[in-house]
Amino acid sequence: MAGLPRFLAGRLIKAIVILFAIVVINFLLVHAAPGDPAMVMAGEAGAADPKFVEQLRQQFGLDRPLLEQLATYVSHVATGDLGFSYRQQQSVWDLLLARLPATLVLTLTAFVFALVVGIILGTLAAVRAGSVSDSAITVLALLAYATPIYWVGLMLMLLFSVQLGWLPAFGYETVGGGLSGFARMIDIGEHLLLPALTLGMFYMAVYARMTRASILEVRDMDFVKTARAKGLSHGAVVVRHVLRNAILPVITVAGVQAGHLIGGSILIETVFAWPGLGRLAFEAVLQRDYQVLLGIFFISSVMVIVFNILTDLIYSLVDPRIDLAR
Amino acid sequence: MQSMNFWRAYARNKGAVIGLLIMAVVVVLGLFAPLIYPESPWDMVNAPFLGPMEEGSLLGTDTLGRDIASGIAHGARVSLLIGLTSTAVALVIGVTLGALAGFFGGWVDDTLMRFTELFQTIPNFVLTVVLVAIFTPSQGSIVLAIAIVSWPPLARLARAEFMALRSREFVQAAITTGQSNATIIFREILPNSLSPLIVSSSLMVATAVLLESSLSFLGLGDPNAMSWGYMVGAARTVIRQAWWMSFFPGLAILLTVLALNLIGEGLNDALNPRVARKGKA
Repeated sequence: MAGLPRFLAGRLIKAIVILFAIVVINFLLVHAAPGDPAMVMAGEAGAADPKFVEQLRQQFGLDRPLLEQLATYVSHVATGDLGFSYRQQQSVWDLLLARLPATLVLTLTAFVFALVVGIILGTLAAVRAGSVSDSAITVLALLAYATPIYWVGLMLMLLFSVQLGWLPAFGYETVGGGLSGFARMIDIGEHLLLPALTLGMFYMAVYARMTRASILEVRDMDFVKTARAKGLSHGAVVVRHVLRNAILPVITVAGVQAGHLIGGSILIETVFAWPGLGRLAFEAVLQRDYQVLLGIFFISSVMVIVFNILTDLIYSLVDPRIDLAR
Repeated sequence: MQSMNFWRAYARNKGAVIGLLIMAVVVVLGLFAPLIYPESPWDMVNAPFLGPMEEGSLLGTDTLGRDIASGIAHGARVSLLIGLTSTAVALVIGVTLGALAGFFGGWVDDTLMRFTELFQTIPNFVLTVVLVAIFTPSQGSIVLAIAIVSWPPLARLARAEFMALRSREFVQAAITTGQSNATIIFREILPNSLSPLIVSSSLMVATAVLLESSLSFLGLGDPNAMSWGYMVGAARTVIRQAWWMSFFPGLAILLTVLALNLIGEGLNDALNPRVARKGKA
């Protein structure tokens, strides 16, 4: 693929610049917040311990001029030191690393669900444009788009866990279940189903509508008429020509939005007690543990940047017209 | 008459009409909440854990005996107020930055677009949570936090509009006759770029309502305001015993956001043909 090394280098530099900006924003937030920055960083639990507060003051040089403080803060982050959570008695970095896998599992599953089901529904609606099924899918998409995901999560939990007892309500896997291998995977899958479905619902609606609009647009283009004139069957035309071109913009938008799923995961993980970064964020809010919150802010921005770069790479693979070197 | 044409075009979209009706109900509810439910929604007016239609309470009571229907009526004021204000603030920020970028171009455009890109890379909801948590929840901090994550799309829209209109004859004429930049921006370009901004704004109010409710659900809402999101969040731990406490406030959010989206689409249908016609003028 032409221009790949230069592309990656360029994006990496851009990523570092953006991350630096985010670190500066973190720093500004700590200092702009009401109260003593040391107390803000200590969090509610840490603020009660004067030794810890003093330690923070030393570590971050909080009585030195502002620019010097910023330099100290940036150098801390660059060496992987995102602070210490007094409440959890762990470094923020360790906390984030521990909770990251669960969130990745949840968001990636939700993402795949949203993209696949969204594209399928959007295609169905477009192929039967104007029919009852088209209207039904459009209405369904609109409802999925407008509904608060934490509420839908609660209602689904009520129906499938409490009333019907088909699926577990909380957690990552059955506590004390002692399962392993395939049985454990099934167990995790059962716990994952409702949260992932709920988290992906909003974006499923977005991608369904986009796919529908995109297909209707592509359908009238010249290359489709050419394919039909060549004698290709309707099905082959739809899949090989229309669909492949129509889903390109959908995949681009989806990739860019993938990182934002972590925002929704704060709500979903709270509802379903899923042990990921989102739940950690909720706990940090309750405990006024601002270093953890800022750490989550930082790492979720990293995730968005990574997904953006991945999207560009995948897009260039799918569409040979794109030259990365530009 | 232009406004008659507008309403006729709007009414052609049945969903948009339904949306407008639902919104009318919500607005009336919010406006007249203090008359229909004069007591504060925080007052304990009945026995706790009453289900809908039990002992004279329409939608039931919550864990402390507060009336759910009263909470929903008063919550309408909160949601609409915050939704509208944060959208207004986002509009001011976004249109200003976008107009400057689109009108002046060059390095102004480059700098502002990098700035916009930065805010579009940051995950929206995470930033709102961080902002409201750090600056402590209040109507002001919530409105600002929502506005801060919402302005980028408006800026891009305004920039596109200004770039497109900048090269049009009537703007060129205004420049030739020596009108100041400010006059050109406010009197010539801005009025002609309103349609897409109006459509985006109504959709943005919907997003703002969802954002505010999500913040309140997490406990980051205005502590003095009985908000729908707060009601859902407060009932989360008792959902097994009392489904109605979460159900009705959530339903209110769904209907309001749905209505705003339908209105946005209706506005799009009604205003766009006019934009197309204007493009040929």
